Amino acid sequence: MAKYALRAVALGYLMFLLVIPTGLIFWKTFSAGIGPFFEALTSPSALHAFQVTLIVAVWAVVLNTIFGVGTALLLVRRQFPGKRVLNLLVDLPVAVSPVVVGLALILVYGAFSPAGAALAKVGIQIIFSLPGMVLATVFVSLPLVVRAIAPVLEELGTDQEQAALTLGANPIQTFVRITLPGIRWALGYGIVLCLARSLGEYGAVAVVSGRIVDQTQTLTLFVEERFTNFEEGQAYAASVALALIAVVSLLLTKLLRPKEDR
Amino acid sequence: MTTTVVPAGAAAPAGPGQPEKVPVSAGRRQHRAGTAIGLGTAIIYLSLIVLIPLAAVVWKGAGRGPGFFWDAITTPEAKSTLLLTVGASMLVAVLNLVLGTLIAWVLVRDSFPGKTIVDTLIDLPFALPTIVAGLVLLTLYGPKSPLGINLAYQRSGVVVALLFVTLPFVVRTVQPVLLELDRDMEQAAASLGAGPWLTFRRIILPNLLPAMISGTALAFARAIAEYGSTVLISGNIPFKTQVASVQIVSQIESDNMAGAAAVATVLLVVALVVLLTLDLIQRWGARRG
Repeated sequence: MAKYALRAVALGYLMFLLVIPTGLIFWKTFSAGIGPFFEALTSPSALHAFQVTLIVAVWAVVLNTIFGVGTALLLVRRQFPGKRVLNLLVDLPVAVSPVVVGLALILVYGAFSPAGAALAKVGIQIIFSLPGMVLATVFVSLPLVVRAIAPVLEELGTDQEQAALTLGANPIQTFVRITLPGIRWALGYGIVLCLARSLGEYGAVAVVSGRIVDQTQTLTLFVEERFTNFEEGQAYAASVALALIAVVSLLLTKLLRPKEDR
Repeated sequence: MTTTVVPAGAAAPAGPGQPEKVPVSAGRRQHRAGTAIGLGTAIIYLSLIVLIPLAAVVWKGAGRGPGFFWDAITTPEAKSTLLLTVGASMLVAVLNLVLGTLIAWVLVRDSFPGKTIVDTLIDLPFALPTIVAGLVLLTLYGPKSPLGINLAYQRSGVVVALLFVTLPFVVRTVQPVLLELDRDMEQAAASLGAGPWLTFRRIILPNLLPAMISGTALAFARAIAEYGSTVLISGNIPFKTQVASVQIVSQIESDNMAGAAAVATVLLVVALVVLLTLDLIQRWGARRG
C-alpha cells in the first residue's frame, strides 16, 4: 500500500511539474500543424538568432574543450603547489548566478572600464557584441569538459603513457595515440554537455549582449523578446526548437555517459 | 626523502613519484616546463574570464567600505528582494529534500512500466534552457492556464519555477547511494522486529543523509542564483515577486552598477559558503563511508 502511495506522489509531482507543462508547449506549437512552426523558425530574425547562437556556442565549446583537456591533464597527471585551489576555482562558475557573470564582465570589459576603453581604442568592442557573449558562455560552461574527463583520466592510470614514453614516443604522440583514445567517450560526453549549456544559456548572455534585435539576439533571447511582444506563436516555435535540442543532447549524454562496463 | 613515502591515494597512480621512472633527465625537465606552461595558461584563462571579473564585482559592491555596502543591500527594495530570494530558496530546498529523496526511492526500489523514461526525464530541467522552462511553466500555470491555476506574478509562481530547475539535484545525489546500499542491514533490522518506518529512520536515513544534504545544498545554491526561469513568471514586481537576480538586471539596465554589484556580492558570498560547505560534507561523508 505504502509502495503505491509513494509511487503516486512521485509520479504525480513529476507529471505536474515536468511532463504536462513541457508536453503542452509541444501541443500548442503543433496543434495548428507543422507549417506555422517552420514558418516561424525561418523568419529573418529567427534565422539570424540561430546563426548568432551557433557562432557563440561553437566558440565557447572550442575554447572550453582546449582548456578542459589541458586543465584535466594538469589536475590529474601533474603535481604542483596550489592544486586544491585550482580544483575549487574550476568549480566556481557553477555556483555563480548567470546574472552576476554578466555584471562581472560588464564591469571589466565595458566601455567605462579601463580595459574596455583601451580595447575600444584599438577597435575591439567586447560588451554588447559577440566577444562578450562568447566570454559569458565560456564562463557558465567552464567546468563541464574538465569534470567529464578528469575521473576517466584518473581511472586510466599512467602505465600505458609511461610505456609509450620509454619506447621513444614524444609527449604529443603519447597524447594523440594513447591518452586521447582512452578519454574519447568522456570527452564526447563533456562536449555535448558544454554545447547544450552554451546553446541554451540565457541570463549571462542577456546581460552582456544588450539584447539588440537582429544583431546580438540569440535563440533564447528571441524567445523572451517575442513572448513579451505578444508574438506567442514565434516564442513557442523557438522554445520547441530549443527543447528538441535539449532532448537530443540529453539522449546523447545518456549514450556517452562513462559506465563501468565500457 | 618524501618521495619514498607511498601516496595514500593508491587509486590515483599519478603520484609525485611517477615521473622519476623516466630515466632521461631532459625528459624530466621538459615535463616540469610542460606543467609550468600549462598551469600558466590555465591561470591566465581563469583570471581573464572568471577571477578578475568576479573580483571587480566585489570591489564595486564592497570596495567603498562596509558602511556603503550595508546601505546598498538594506535599501527597502534590495532588502525585500534578498529576503524573498533566500526565503523562496529555503522553501524550495526543503521541498526538494523530501520530494527528491522520495523520487530517488521510487526510482530505485519500485518498478513499474516506463521507469527508464521517467528516470531519463529527471535530467530534463538541466538540459532545457531556463527561459524555455519559464515559458513552459507559464503555459500551464499562467493567465491562460488550461487548469485554471494562475500563478503568474505571484510568489508561488517563483517557487514553482525554482522547483522545476532544481529538481535533479537531490534525486541525482541520493539515487546512486541508494543503489549501493546493502540490503542485508535492512533485512537484519526487519528480522529483529523493526517496522518499515523504524528501519527507514534508523538504518536507511543515516546512510543517505550526506547525499541528501549535498543535494539540498546544491538545490539551494541554484535557487539563489536562478534568473531565466523566474523572469517571465515573476513579472518582476518590486516588493512582491522580484528575486535577487532579476533585481540585479533591472539595476544594470538603469545604470546603477554599484547597487547591482552590492546585491551580486551577497549572492557570491552565499555561493562560496555553499561550495565550501559541500566540500566539508563530502569529506564528512567519505569519513563515515
